[in-house]
Amino acid sequence: MVASDKAGFADPAIAALASQVVDAAASGTALRIVGGDTKRFYGGTLDGEVVSTAGLTGVISYDPTELVVHVGAGTTLTELQETLRNEGQMLAFEPPHFGAGSTVGGMVAAGVSGPRRPFGGSVRDHVLGAGLINGRGEHLAFGGQVMKNVAGYDVSRLVTGSLGTLGIITDVSFKVLPLPAFEQTLRLDHIDAGEAITLMSGWMSTAAPISALAHTSGSLYVRLSGARKAVQASAKTLGGDVVDDGDVFWTQLRDHTLDDLGGDDVLWRVCVSPATPALDFGDAARCTIDWGGAQRWVTGYQGDIESVRALASGAGGHATLFRGASDRSTVFAPLAPAVLKIQSRLKAAFDPKGIFNPGRLYADF
Amino acid sequence: MKPDYQSKIGSEAERLELRDRLAGKFRSFLPDESVLVDEEDLRPYECDGLSAYRQLPMICVLPHDIEQVQSVMRICSELEVPVVARGAGTGLSGGALPLNDGVLLSLSRFNQIIEVDEANRTARVQPGVRNLAISEHVSDLGLYYAPDPSSQIACSIGGNVAENSGGVHCLKYGLTVHNILKLEVVTVDGELITIGNDTYDSPGLDLLALMTGSEGMLGVIVEITVKLLPKPEVARVVLAAFDDVQRAGDAVAGIIGAGIIPGGLEMMDNPSIRAAEDFVRAGYPVDAAAILLCELDGTEEEVVDDIERVRGLLQGCGATEVRVAADDDERARFWSGRKGAFPAVGRISPDYYCIDGTIPRRHLGHVLTRISELSDEFGLRVANVFHAGDGNLHPLILYDANIEGELERTEQLGGKILEMCVEVGGTVTGEHGVGIEKINEMCIQFTDGALTQFHAVKAAFDPDGLLNPGKAVPTLARCAEFGAMHVHGGNLPHPELERF
Ligand SMILES: Cc1cc2nc3c(=O)[nH]c(=O)nc-3n(C[C@H](O)[C@H](O)[C@H](O)COP(=O)(O)OP(=O)(O)OC[C@H]3O[C@@H](n4cnc5c(N)ncnc54)[C@H](O)[C@@H]3O)c2cc1C
Repeated sequence: MVASDKAGFADPAIAALASQVVDAAASGTALRIVGGDTKRFYGGTLDGEVVSTAGLTGVISYDPTELVVHVGAGTTLTELQETLRNEGQMLAFEPPHFGAGSTVGGMVAAGVSGPRRPFGGSVRDHVLGAGLINGRGEHLAFGGQVMKNVAGYDVSRLVTGSLGTLGIITDVSFKVLPLPAFEQTLRLDHIDAGEAITLMSGWMSTAAPISALAHTSGSLYVRLSGARKAVQASAKTLGGDVVDDGDVFWTQLRDHTLDDLGGDDVLWRVCVSPATPALDFGDAARCTIDWGGAQRWVTGYQGDIESVRALASGAGGHATLFRGASDRSTVFAPLAPAVLKIQSRLKAAFDPKGIFNPGRLYADF
Repeated sequence: MKPDYQSKIGSEAERLELRDRLAGKFRSFLPDESVLVDEEDLRPYECDGLSAYRQLPMICVLPHDIEQVQSVMRICSELEVPVVARGAGTGLSGGALPLNDGVLLSLSRFNQIIEVDEANRTARVQPGVRNLAISEHVSDLGLYYAPDPSSQIACSIGGNVAENSGGVHCLKYGLTVHNILKLEVVTVDGELITIGNDTYDSPGLDLLALMTGSEGMLGVIVEITVKLLPKPEVARVVLAAFDDVQRAGDAVAGIIGAGIIPGGLEMMDNPSIRAAEDFVRAGYPVDAAAILLCELDGTEEEVVDDIERVRGLLQGCGATEVRVAADDDERARFWSGRKGAFPAVGRISPDYYCIDGTIPRRHLGHVLTRISELSDEFGLRVANVFHAGDGNLHPLILYDANIEGELERTEQLGGKILEMCVEVGGTVTGEHGVGIEKINEMCIQFTDGALTQFHAVKAAFDPDGLLNPGKAVPTLARCAEFGAMHVHGGNLPHPELERF
């Protein structure tokens, strides 16, 4: 389908949303955009009248040999993934679900990727196009259904991870990839975080067919994906024991249902350059390392916000209060003033009246 | 094509006065040889790789550190002088075309690889560093920078970011946007900002994605942190010949449908095959209607497996010949024809014009047939090279600029091809950017609403429109004028605007 203003499904649903937006803009009413509401715990403050993408469901087009799928934003992640699996394909960024009703729009708006991310790329890496209702109630199409496209600014990747602050995402096109022919998970026990980081860092500098690397509770987990012979050859060099139900582990890590990640504890997401040595979050803290070292999930942290942020930025990254924050106004690391100025102006360029998810990303917009 | 830009300068005398004033200010912090005003010095900057368009800049500056770039931008902002950034000038859409009343800001002196972080597999580089120089620099560490445009010996990494350049390996390894982590950018008013960081994402809106491919319209890129990848253990390439282009297209779908993502998957049609063979003697079958080059990389075991599967698939799809390169030398030779395709075509015609559309691959047969019909209609030869894996088509139109009217006809033919790309669900530019070249075709691909949104995005970075003004996004007035001659989708576009 061409980048036109028609997203390809029954227009009444779009028209209804657009007119809701026009009214809200006129009256200055905040709108809280909701898909499955499975990520309500995530991001800044929740504010506004609920608008739902529930009417925007279904696969609009899918041709497996093109490696492209185009879906309505209200489609559940489960449905999309099943459609792809039936054709032997997948979303290579292994998105978390965080609940049964998780939708495509919510996944893109949150921009959170799973364990395969360092090897397969992120959500935004695979977004090829998106439809958006902006703050003027205009339904616009950006990007498209082709893999290479540099016409116009890359707005579809800009809205990825914007937490709904730029508009209502109506439909998204993704690059999809074949499911690996074979996968195997290995576990190496009695390894501390420091050793794990060194090992992971070394392996990531080789051509081994690795698709996930994590360390939790003294064990290092490696997932290999690819041709059976290639996986088995690599498994021999890396060592460790084969985990029979490897998928279960990666799904638990992805959806934060591992013991060390779940519960009602405050959960910090500390992102750093991957080879950063083990960081000291204090005696009470427990740290699960994902993404080969680049993403560190921390519970039980007792220190102050500034210290963990300084630790992260000192290692080239940033820290997010991912879950359980008592004050949701500062969950994301603050931006440099010049960057905040540009981001605020960009927000206004899409949403001049500031009606979409105010405060969900930053208190300033 | 002219940029959508109205000069504020009233007279030549005024322009020269401004030029001298600027030169004076620039020389207060730059050596004389870094501030060019004489025609003979400015000549090399009058065009980029799209040499059909030429314009001397008012003045050219060649700063060599970030503070100097900041000063240039502060001065230009204050005096409201437009600035066009330039890398190596290999762009193919006129993105770096100067303005008669503007400053050309060359980043060519920013040519240092600042630091390589082996453990994290990244490199910090200046924007003027050549694409290939990065891979050469880290080769001993077993690493490389993946995006490899055919211009990689010459083009700059800053230009690559500004265009979101691709290459023959981007189906598997991604475009520039997938292979960078962080940028240092000087804003229009001379502030230095950091976008992205040393990990895999950063908080807030994704400005890194937005900057990539923004064609010098949002800021001046002064430093880039690129991702490096471990070199694959082995890479082998298969060459397959077909007596029918459609069959070659079906073979591409067959390979991908079988779950194989090749490192590279390229197609050439007969005119390109012949031109390339004459030029580099790659050993191509010159009678084939099309050839496919399919590179498979990874671990030894993986590649051995895949090669056999691909061989079978190609034969099953009716290939008349399937050859696997015996060694690295033969592999390099197979690729040399493809990588040299543009200059090869340059040898058989006084001039050539490279088109850059992307289509959903299933329409390949239809699109190539239409291109050949259009070629007959316009009386201009066309050779096609094709990043087949990702649907990015490069028809090369052969013409002679010395023949009155031939460039205009070439542009018309190019425009028709791009319109067809949009019609079948594709885009007017896959990797070369809009620049000034495809500014009319943007009116076909996007609605007024989307174009207005693009202008608003630019204004968020550059409220006074001083960075590369008039490129990449057309004004609605231009589209109305262009639309008066083009009807698409059965409707006149932009009905709300007055017709000329
Ligand atoms: C023979 C040939 C083959 C090619 N093959 C390919 C290919 O396979 N794939 C592909 O994608 N492209 C290809 N190209 C196109 C071209 O090489 C790329 O677009 C390249 O990225 C341009 O880099 P450059 O340094 O020459 O940029 P320039 O031409 O100097 O500039 C390009 C644009 O970027 C802006 N710009 C440059 N540097 C900066 C900066 N530091 N900050 C902000 N803006 C900046 C300019 O204003 C301009 O708009 C080819 C070109 C040629 C001549």
